[in-house]
Amino acid sequence: MSEWMSMQAMNARERILGKLRSSLQGTSPIVDDYDVDVLTAPWRYAPEARIARLRQMLESVHGETLLTTTAEWPLRAIEALALRNIGELLIAPTTAHGRQFANHVALNAVPLRLKAYDRAVEAWKEELFFRTPASLTGTLGGIAATGSLVLWPTPAEPRLMSLVPPFHIALLKASEVRDNFHELMHEQGWAGAMPTNALLVSGPSKTADIQQTLAYGAHGPKELLVLILQDA
Amino acid sequence: MSTLADVPGVPIAFKRNAREALDDRQLRRNFRGAMDFLMDKRRSQFPDGDELERLRAFGNRVRARALSKLPELLERLDANLTRNGVKVHWAETVEEANAIVHRIVEQHAAKKIIKGKSMVSEEMEMNHYLGERGIDCLESDMGEFIVQLREEKPAHIIMPAIHLNAGQVAKLFHDKLEVDYTEDVDRLIQIGRETLRRNFFEADIGVSGVNFAIAETGTLLLVENEGNGRLSTTVPPVHIAVTGIEKVVENLRDVIPLLSLLTRSATGQAITTYVNMISGPRKADELDGPREVHLVLLDNGRTQAFADGELRQTLNCIRCGACMNHCPVYTRIGGHAYGTVYPGPIGKIITPHMLGLDVTRDLPTASSMCGACSEVCPVKIPIPALLRRLREEAVRAPEAEPHHVRGQGTKYSKKETMVWKAWRSLNTSPVLYRAAMYAGTRLRGLMPSTIGPWTAHRSAPRLAARTLHELAREHLGDQ
Amino acid sequence: MSHPFPATANATRVAPPLEAARAYPVKPSDVFLFGTCVIDVFFPGAGMDAIRLLEREGITVHFPQAQSCCGQPAYTSGYTDEARAVARAQIALFAGEWPVVVPSGSCAGMFRHHYFELFKDEPQTLKQVESLAERTFELAEFLLEVCRVRLEHTGSPVRVALHTSCSARREMNTHVHGRALLKQLAGVERVDHDHESECCGFGGAFSVRMPDISGAMVKDKTAALKGSGAAEVVSADCGCLLNINGCFEKQGDTLRGEHLASFLLRRTSPAAEGGAR
Repeated sequence: MSEWMSMQAMNARERILGKLRSSLQGTSPIVDDYDVDVLTAPWRYAPEARIARLRQMLESVHGETLLTTTAEWPLRAIEALALRNIGELLIAPTTAHGRQFANHVALNAVPLRLKAYDRAVEAWKEELFFRTPASLTGTLGGIAATGSLVLWPTPAEPRLMSLVPPFHIALLKASEVRDNFHELMHEQGWAGAMPTNALLVSGPSKTADIQQTLAYGAHGPKELLVLILQDA
Repeated sequence: MSTLADVPGVPIAFKRNAREALDDRQLRRNFRGAMDFLMDKRRSQFPDGDELERLRAFGNRVRARALSKLPELLERLDANLTRNGVKVHWAETVEEANAIVHRIVEQHAAKKIIKGKSMVSEEMEMNHYLGERGIDCLESDMGEFIVQLREEKPAHIIMPAIHLNAGQVAKLFHDKLEVDYTEDVDRLIQIGRETLRRNFFEADIGVSGVNFAIAETGTLLLVENEGNGRLSTTVPPVHIAVTGIEKVVENLRDVIPLLSLLTRSATGQAITTYVNMISGPRKADELDGPREVHLVLLDNGRTQAFADGELRQTLNCIRCGACMNHCPVYTRIGGHAYGTVYPGPIGKIITPHMLGLDVTRDLPTASSMCGACSEVCPVKIPIPALLRRLREEAVRAPEAEPHHVRGQGTKYSKKETMVWKAWRSLNTSPVLYRAAMYAGTRLRGLMPSTIGPWTAHRSAPRLAARTLHELAREHLGDQ
Repeated sequence: MSHPFPATANATRVAPPLEAARAYPVKPSDVFLFGTCVIDVFFPGAGMDAIRLLEREGITVHFPQAQSCCGQPAYTSGYTDEARAVARAQIALFAGEWPVVVPSGSCAGMFRHHYFELFKDEPQTLKQVESLAERTFELAEFLLEVCRVRLEHTGSPVRVALHTSCSARREMNTHVHGRALLKQLAGVERVDHDHESECCGFGGAFSVRMPDISGAMVKDKTAALKGSGAAEVVSADCGCLLNINGCFEKQGDTLRGEHLASFLLRRTSPAAEGGAR
């Protein structure tokens, strides 16, 4: 970075902070009286209603959901791909669910080409953007109140895996669905351990920028299928 | 129509712009329809009035708390972002902010920039600045892409192309992108998607705004529905985020109430499709994400609003746009007539700090003070009170101390000051008041049938034959 | 009622808590009437009708002849010192224990809410402001909640549209009180109009300073009122009525808005005593 720039930046920083400080002279900070109840009480669900709420919210924004099990989900995913005539899937073979799926495909000789996001994006942009019709990722949980999936991209499942392919299949363990964002954030201890990128995903990509008319598949996935593992 | 204050110090031609907009029947229809739609959407998200009021109070408190320790939080944000590997820059003016961005562009010999939605970059007129220096900036938000194709500015802070209907977009795409004419919105969006797709990975730099900057964790939070924001901040090797210094919140958990208020108030969504929390560049073992992340913190008049406790409330704003959606003035004239980046009620109270009260002199006046804006504001900004305050600053003598707002006294006139002093005398002297009212009602036949602008749309009001003072005295006796 | 103000001008402000539901006193024997300047010279009949409605409830009405204006025109125009001087004169006139009834929601709102801001640096005056605010009632509110009137309709069936001024609605809940009073009148059907809660475009000086925008607003408002199918229009705010009636007249329309006080009195008086307008 050039010297000019750091000089300029330092000066601007000090001047801005100086003005702000002098404006606050003699005042005291407002105390933090964070009211958890406001954020949680209206958004609590009985155990049997929690998944229903999540599904209802996701489906209201064109997300597709399926109740399945740890043993059966690969079949459901394969059916969904077949239904769309998709012969290729991006998976993360080093994850448990990636391995399970790859084994299933191999054992059953499923006519599906699997590929991995195993090199930096720069090395295969064209293919990722134009020749990767679908992806499968795990999730870190879900939020019933808003119908949201939680994703913390990892080296195995990078950021773009859930974004670029037009069809995204996400695995969600029913036991990892929480009532509301506060509960989830608190339980998972986010504040102490934010990853480079954390995401809430609530449906396929959409826009209403033309005459308030909702259209799906704006820049991200056109379809999102959430496989909810009831026994996990 | 002029859309921006092109010449520094010259007042925006607001009244002329407004007149033109009022005469544009298509524009009136588009806005009325869009605002009705957005008001309904918001209402549907808040079926429980008590929940809404508790949440608004919470939101107000979170923002006020952040402002009450803003310098400390900005330092903490800077430190934590830096620890996370993000480069933080500070700019007092838009010129400085643009120069910072340009330096980064030059360091990377970048030619092409892809942009997610950012109102602060509009404030900077970044596209224009970089364009003049041979750098292409391409807007990737569908609405922003449309207004860029039309060589316009956004007409709304959340829905930039809200002034257009599908037919107008169809014609635009047909003319500019040379595609077959179609009014099918799904098809139009797919045309946009296909046109922009390659640009995401051809761009050297991605630019975005920030919805909340979290001091505690050094995190930039962005909300969006389309996915272009995630693409712009993930695919190019460099990500530059630009934001105002007021966008910081203290703790990560503080975003929970604000996020809920923001998406429900703005577009009537329980949540946006994506909530994207960025806490650093790509790590050594990661396979995507920018290798460099920059944050530019912009002042541009915010410290002026900050200096006064009342005006500071302007900076509570989380840019949801609900105030404009509910504003009877905005609904009728649309966003461009304001001639400012931020239109509508929030624009009227924030822009005087950015451009000066002289340039924006008509804006605080262009309100009936109906209060529809503050009624829906998710962070409880008392917008009418702040408009009133700006009116006061505009009519104070230019040299009067203390000086709160640049352009103070822009509407100061000896004549009008005299009129109000006379009004005071009249209304504080019972004898004078009754004599004047008595005379007025007796001479009512002399009242002209046209009185300036009032009678352009209404008949002149007629004074009664006798005042209530007289009738009441007759009925009740002298009291 | 409390309006907490920050300790210093540069303290960060938190929004005041929501007002608790207002506790109403028992019906008093005496009240002040603050007539408002617009009623004084443009709609004195509405002021007299307000007095008669109160007297009919057995209340002695006091109308201090030294009263003038609440100060709102100067206040909203940014002439704060002038507004304060005029406000101070009114505060002195309405001291004591009697309730202050105001046949205008926006002037009542000025007393109840904005005087606190005007006198925030004068602790002594603030005490008087507090007392005035506590005793100030918009007319419809006073009739409904303090007098607990039970109105009997004596006229023929009619459909009416109710327009409520923005400050009356947002600061005084006048739309709720107005609706409740109209509902007492069997045979009076209140009909909604399009975008009912939207401003009519008056806004005091706004209508003169921004005539085109204000004109567009009042044209939409009159069209909505016409389109509601109502035969009569009532409002508890005479500023709006000046604007709306002026627009009806300019358009050659015969419809005119009437102050709620006049409508209520006329519609509940024995036919012989002036059932006609």
